[in-house]
Amino acid sequence: MQLLILDYEVVELCKNIILITLDYKVVEVIQNMLIPESDFKLISKKMGREPNTVEQGCFLNLWSEHCSYRSSGLLLKTLPTTGEDVIIGPGDDAAIVKLTDTLYLAIGMESHNHPSYVDPYNGAATGIGGIVRDIVSMGARPIALMDALYFGSPDIKKNQYLLEHVVRGIAGYGNCIGVPVVGGEVVFHNDYSGNPLVNVVCVGLLPKKHLVTARAQCAGNSIVLIGASTGRDGLGGASFASRDLSSESESERSSVQIGDPYTEKLLIEATLEAVHNGVVESCRDLGAAGLAGATSEMAAKGNLGMTINLDQMLLREESMTPFEIMISESQERMVLEVKPENVGKVLLIADKYDLNASVIAKLTTTPNYTVHYNGEIIADMPIHLLSGGAPCTEQASAAPQPETSDIPPPEIETGNLKEVIQSVLSSPNIASKQWIYSQYDHEVQIQTIIKPGADTGLIRITPEVAIALSSGCNPLHTFHDPYTGTYGAVVENAMNLATIGAEPLCIVDCLNFGNPETKENYHQFKQAIIGLGDASKKIHTPVVGGNVSFYNDSKEHNTTILPTPSLGMIGKLTNMEIEHLPHSTIQHKGETIILIGETKPELGGSEYYHILNTNAGSVPTVPENIEHILKSVRELVQTGNVSTAHDISNGGLAVALSELITPTHGAEITLTTGKLTDAELLFSETYGRMIITTPEQTLDQLQNIPHTIIGTTTSKQELHITTNTEEITLQYKEIHQAAETLTKIMKE
Amino acid sequence: MKFAIIQFGGSNCDYDVHYVLNNVVGVQADLIWYKEKLTNYDGVIIPGGFSYGDYLRAGAIAARTPIMQEVKQMAAQGKLVLGICNGFQVLTESKLLEGALMLNRYPKFVCTQTQLRIENNNTPFTSKFKEGELIKIPIAHIQGNYYADESTLTRLEYNLQAALRYVDQKGKTTDTANPNGSKENIAGILNQNKNVLGLMPHPERASEQILGSSDGIKIFKSMVEHVQAQAE
Repeated sequence: MQLLILDYEVVELCKNIILITLDYKVVEVIQNMLIPESDFKLISKKMGREPNTVEQGCFLNLWSEHCSYRSSGLLLKTLPTTGEDVIIGPGDDAAIVKLTDTLYLAIGMESHNHPSYVDPYNGAATGIGGIVRDIVSMGARPIALMDALYFGSPDIKKNQYLLEHVVRGIAGYGNCIGVPVVGGEVVFHNDYSGNPLVNVVCVGLLPKKHLVTARAQCAGNSIVLIGASTGRDGLGGASFASRDLSSESESERSSVQIGDPYTEKLLIEATLEAVHNGVVESCRDLGAAGLAGATSEMAAKGNLGMTINLDQMLLREESMTPFEIMISESQERMVLEVKPENVGKVLLIADKYDLNASVIAKLTTTPNYTVHYNGEIIADMPIHLLSGGAPCTEQASAAPQPETSDIPPPEIETGNLKEVIQSVLSSPNIASKQWIYSQYDHEVQIQTIIKPGADTGLIRITPEVAIALSSGCNPLHTFHDPYTGTYGAVVENAMNLATIGAEPLCIVDCLNFGNPETKENYHQFKQAIIGLGDASKKIHTPVVGGNVSFYNDSKEHNTTILPTPSLGMIGKLTNMEIEHLPHSTIQHKGETIILIGETKPELGGSEYYHILNTNAGSVPTVPENIEHILKSVRELVQTGNVSTAHDISNGGLAVALSELITPTHGAEITLTTGKLTDAELLFSETYGRMIITTPEQTLDQLQNIPHTIIGTTTSKQELHITTNTEEITLQYKEIHQAAETLTKIMKE
Repeated sequence: MKFAIIQFGGSNCDYDVHYVLNNVVGVQADLIWYKEKLTNYDGVIIPGGFSYGDYLRAGAIAARTPIMQEVKQMAAQGKLVLGICNGFQVLTESKLLEGALMLNRYPKFVCTQTQLRIENNNTPFTSKFKEGELIKIPIAHIQGNYYADESTLTRLEYNLQAALRYVDQKGKTTDTANPNGSKENIAGILNQNKNVLGLMPHPERASEQILGSSDGIKIFKSMVEHVQAQAE
């Protein structure tokens, strides 16, 4: 790509035409980077003059929806974010939660949706890179990742391509930097075909004494930029993330960052070494809005100003304009605040790891963000206007016209039940995700006790303490009812943790929605936030951080994604005895199988109705006494009397039972349907339910919560179910074969 | 007695091996950054990871660093050299071991438990096992497909240099038990003197029962026993 720059003073005259280029695509990108007129007026008023082009570029990116939460900030403030273990809630690079008296967890969740559609490998890879640096910049070593992915049906070739390369990107980056992927989820629905979602949770661990934040500490300190050199990749990524995807988006590859996991690994080690040596006063990774974003937010948080010198920047491309240098989202870069006397030590550490490092700025007492280039001041902005000055608004919202239907599909014909169960089991949403998680190194760091494929991941921290991790949401439910669906997502993750007796510590979120200026989308968003807040209060688990991703619409497919409030939940397990943790499959014959919770006729948004392609039915609800159910289950599991525990979620009871069967053990189940039809009984996705097996006949902990004995475990490799109307047998081989759907599709 | 664990840029199992040797096996092992010197070590371990990001070819750049000259000297002195995963790739690229590790037959990264058979227990790395013993150690790699030409394979076989093979539950070297397409299901090979071992499976990930297997620890314990015996 050939680029010519004009002198920026000349550029001033030709407003908004800052680049003359031989590549028309770049012109297109720049034209898309126009600052909204209302913002321009507001900025001009506050600054007492019109911002020049470089300044406009900074405002455009820092005031983007992606960086400034302009449509979401007010609603996000309603979420409960505090708790006795919360050291740092939302607002820094990552949240900090106390795990033990001496250890903290750093937790973050990010989306990298638009880049992953345009360039699935690099989009997903740099999504990992970004969230990992967020964790590292708190002084924490990243110890676990989870990825929640939402794609169009894998029957369509393009979706297969996107999935294959997104997974390759996550694997390529995460494996190289040595952070295990211990969990996640994958949901397929055609509304994601034109705008797949790539959401990543990262958890880090740090000794309390090594905590650093993004809050600049002291005027006079130096700002050292360490890591990769700066190029043109990822130009304007933040503003790119704040627009709809169109069919032309694929020409926006220059908005996608390119990942280099090798440099990231060196950067992780170098940053942590500097933190451990006590020479880092504050730290921030360069993510959205690049250098302009990281440095201005850092200074603003510390109520300081900054003088930055772009001549000190190490560039990997020639003739970059100051504007490009400011907003480049080149990856694997970090800024450290360092006392002048410690700069030499930091440069030595960088040298050890063969990384670039240079002092690029100084913190000042004047609350201005001043940029020097070629001996001149090219930008000078009030720091609190640039960072945190973007006005937040609540958008208009209106409930969408119900797209749900009142006409339920016909009941399952007698004799067809087995076939129906098999078709649900072989839906890509239910089928095994082994093809995906076997590509992730989930063993590195030798702490992964429960590997991917179970309800929850489990990571050993000390001999006494482990953390449990779960992620996801059910977008089919949130589509029917964003409030109830999001409430349910909180409960579902907590139930996953409860299967091993883990107590939730905190929630992080990634709220993926369509264009917020569309009333219906904003309604979904608002209802989801209220549902998230209510549920987190109900189970006493704060929402400590996260991210909002709007504009997940596709002009090409004329679709908006399903409302997708994807969650990550981290729980704590203490004094565990590993041999007493329940398994996720049946281990012994002759045990009692108990269904905990009450099944309601709630097939709306179920996987069963999804494969029937109907929008009928009422959406699954959460029982009123959910916190009581969660507490009872955890206490029960902690007694060590539960051999197997498996949460019931998408696919309902039929799927949960099938997943218990192994090549050596099976189950004999008798279900009395009562008022429920076979379909409701077996496929309803009512929240707050779990199956357990136990050698005991009665369990005290279950006395006050609804539960039903539904059968016994056997040494036959089959699932035998008797309902009022049918009696069926599913062999382990049949179940296994159905679960192979996704692997088969992807390997073809 | 002390072992060195070499850290290249991009090594990512360095701390894991360090933890297992110091805290589980109970032997001193030091992390040595590749720009430093290897002095007074009884053995050296090149851990897994992605040295130099696997750029060019896995292990190719690390094999050309000065510290590998020191490793070669140690190997020539009969000291123990163990390469795990990326470490194995570094050893073949350094010509300390024969053959090459190519892209997996199904060309994706694969992280999974594998069953292995001990082919030769008369080595400093495998003396704690029985011959033919079946053990479980996980793999995690994208370039673990062991290749050597037929004459080399015949020689390796003749000299009992194939240390471990991927096998099924019954201990047979079947094609389905082969996770990456390796020639003759080879998971690890020795040099002719049997003091250099490279293997794709990660023994440090199978050194504590809580992680699913503790079979791997016997490799490290065999090494310790060997060094002890040498000292006596």
